[in-house]
Amino acid sequence: MAAVMPAPAASRLLLSGNEAVARAVWEAGVKVAAAYPGTPSTEMLEVISTYPDLYAEWSVNEKVSLEVAIGAAYAGSRAFCCMKHVGMNVASDALMTLTLTGVIGGLVIAIADDVGLSSSQNEQDSRYWGRFAHVPVFEPADSQEAYAMTLAAYELSEKFQVPVILRMTTRINHVKSLVQVGERVPHVGAGFRKEPGRFVMVPGNAGKRIPLMFKRDSELRALAEISALNFIEPGADRRLGFIASGPAYMHVKESFPEAPVLKLGFSWPVPFEKCRELAALVDQVVVVEEVEPLVETELKAQGLNVIGKEILPLQGELAPNVLKPAIARLLGEQVPAAQAIAPMQVFPRPPTMCVACPHLGVYYTLSQVRNLTISGDIGCYTLGAGHPWNALDTCVSMGASMGMALGLDKGRGEADKDKRIVAVIGDSTFLHMGMQGLLDMVYNKGNVTVLLLDNRAVGMTGGQDNPGNGRDIYGDDAPRVDFAKLVAALGVKEERIHTVNPYELPVLFKTIRDEVKVPEVSVIITDQPCVLIKDYHKLKPFEVIEDRCTGCGNCIDVGCPAIHVTRRAKEIKPSGREVDLAFVRIESSVCTGCTLCVQPCAPGAIVHYAPVSPIQLVKKGCPA
Amino acid sequence: MSATTNILVVGIGGQGVMTATEILAEAAIALGHDAKKTEVAGMAQRGGVVSSHLRFGQKVLSPQITPGTADVLLGFESAEAMRWQHMLRPGGITLMNTARLVPPVVELGLFDYPADPLGEIRKSGNKVVAFDATTIAQELGDIRLGNTVMLGAIADHLPFSAETLLACVLQRFQRKGEKLVELNRRAFAAGRAAVGEAEAALA
Repeated sequence: MAAVMPAPAASRLLLSGNEAVARAVWEAGVKVAAAYPGTPSTEMLEVISTYPDLYAEWSVNEKVSLEVAIGAAYAGSRAFCCMKHVGMNVASDALMTLTLTGVIGGLVIAIADDVGLSSSQNEQDSRYWGRFAHVPVFEPADSQEAYAMTLAAYELSEKFQVPVILRMTTRINHVKSLVQVGERVPHVGAGFRKEPGRFVMVPGNAGKRIPLMFKRDSELRALAEISALNFIEPGADRRLGFIASGPAYMHVKESFPEAPVLKLGFSWPVPFEKCRELAALVDQVVVVEEVEPLVETELKAQGLNVIGKEILPLQGELAPNVLKPAIARLLGEQVPAAQAIAPMQVFPRPPTMCVACPHLGVYYTLSQVRNLTISGDIGCYTLGAGHPWNALDTCVSMGASMGMALGLDKGRGEADKDKRIVAVIGDSTFLHMGMQGLLDMVYNKGNVTVLLLDNRAVGMTGGQDNPGNGRDIYGDDAPRVDFAKLVAALGVKEERIHTVNPYELPVLFKTIRDEVKVPEVSVIITDQPCVLIKDYHKLKPFEVIEDRCTGCGNCIDVGCPAIHVTRRAKEIKPSGREVDLAFVRIESSVCTGCTLCVQPCAPGAIVHYAPVSPIQLVKKGCPA
Repeated sequence: MSATTNILVVGIGGQGVMTATEILAEAAIALGHDAKKTEVAGMAQRGGVVSSHLRFGQKVLSPQITPGTADVLLGFESAEAMRWQHMLRPGGITLMNTARLVPPVVELGLFDYPADPLGEIRKSGNKVVAFDATTIAQELGDIRLGNTVMLGAIADHLPFSAETLLACVLQRFQRKGEKLVELNRRAFAAGRAAVGEAEAALA
């Protein structure tokens, strides 16, 4: 994205939490910002890259992004790194030692927890990392707080020379609310100064840093006790008092406007005395936290009589429709009716692959090959697990398709003796964490056919650039990975590497069928771009000639959302077998002419769309 | 309406639901309201369900509309309007596009599309006004105008003037030329008129 003139200071802007953090990062004088895309965190770096006076990058994975940020912070510059919750699992190796060295320039790590699983494989509570790594955690409750806390986090980070975690959730990252923004204050880094006792973490040096880390914990706890980010709002109804953080604070205020609340913005180390102060005000303290009972457990260990997950769910958001009934039950009050009418039953509408998506050809083909076990990965192509393909059998973590395929091969039971193991992975996921798995597979002589779906984008998060498409975060030219050479360098035999066009179904089918029979590692690279990025070029659309359609339904099995059923019927075959027929039409206005549905159409009913123009109509109507 | 106004905008990914809600939020803010906008749309780009919540008033706390408290439900698609009926407060109103977007799971024969979403909503007792925003947009020459038709449709069901909303809509197209501004002005008026006529017919 091109740099734009940032909105002037004192403007009141409608910003998402992600946009608010990006603004604060710029205002804080950050010099280096790095991330790997991941919902709901992606827009932070996207927006940061539109600001001037800083360097932003898409890193190949979260660990690398954190390491880039650490380097910049060691150099004395302010640095920023963000990721979705599962990204920190990858980056944590660096975090756990970073906490010993600390930083010179301020370093803020924003972690976006997908509470409610809008687009993730699991639900995690990133506040654990604060406790695990002994680093402070800030938790904003809306965009204004996300903005203000990011600025405050840089101050704290430099004062204590410690990285600070900004724990966000989907309901902060993606909610838009008003933010009053300020001026950018340039930050001048001191430059890197050699200090091996601090920056070279060998046992002798690291051992000396551990007591400093624990001392810092105590100092941070003392600061949390007096921090303005932690405050009590005394209410009139003293039966219950709430301790809440993040979006849960807003839900509590919405649900129980008269109750005293201790709002935790600087939520770890937990300010125990502040909590006791609230407890003294009320009959009973309830801790409202998304997701895990962390504050609750620590308060119980302090001897405080608090309630939390005994009455509140351990999963999902703690919105008013969850809180109100739970608290009513606790108080022995009548549970309020949920709503006027019950939800009506409507079919599910799961996400689908796009019209003409190059993955359609891959999954259609995989669904036609028998006897496969398909080790999947994380990206748009995870949708291959759904209808109509049902051609993806596992999905665990980024890059897992590789190692898991090898494990499925080496660990095969008697029943799987003749199964062919296929792994499916996208270009960006392969570069993120798949390369090592493939190396392991080759080194250990696995029998796996790898489908590397190179669509030149991080598709699921919105088509971000990556080292596979030759563009950086600014859209500028960057060195482009040659996947065929890369996998060859990892040891895949040249004759086992094939690059195919996923829209050429017969070639794709033959290549897959041939390679699964070879008891070695094969890599089949598909090379057509995501339909949502600028590299994709639309072709002439198709339509169905109604009279020619026999209702066989082959085209429906491709799974393209442009194909619609016009009517259904049943046919009795000469054998007496009854078959279901589905006659179709193509929504030509969205068709981009990929030909995937044309190829399996036996009667040749799908032809290029030829709209009848008004001029032709006039000509027909007025014979010369 | 209560102190905080709750508007729920629903449809499917790619229809412009989130943009429409954002324009409504801009109008509320222009009038000095506090506002929060949120949606569940993790993979909305892939044709999934999108429900966008807008709350505005003097001070908005939780960004989410609690089921049973939405004042207006603006439905970009028939079955989606039906899906979210339980979100309306008693006396709340649904303004819905009669367009039907059939997903692959229905094409595959795994599920049925409801035969009469409008009828189902009426049967529930909820107030509903239906109109064909997609055809209106097509007749104006561009299906992409559907978004502005929908905003016109809600214009007389807000606690502020239709002109305020129209100004926010047109502002979006200011830089793209007078022709597009004029088209959107007509789309807005057409949506507003369609709801007005449908309501008159019901009365």
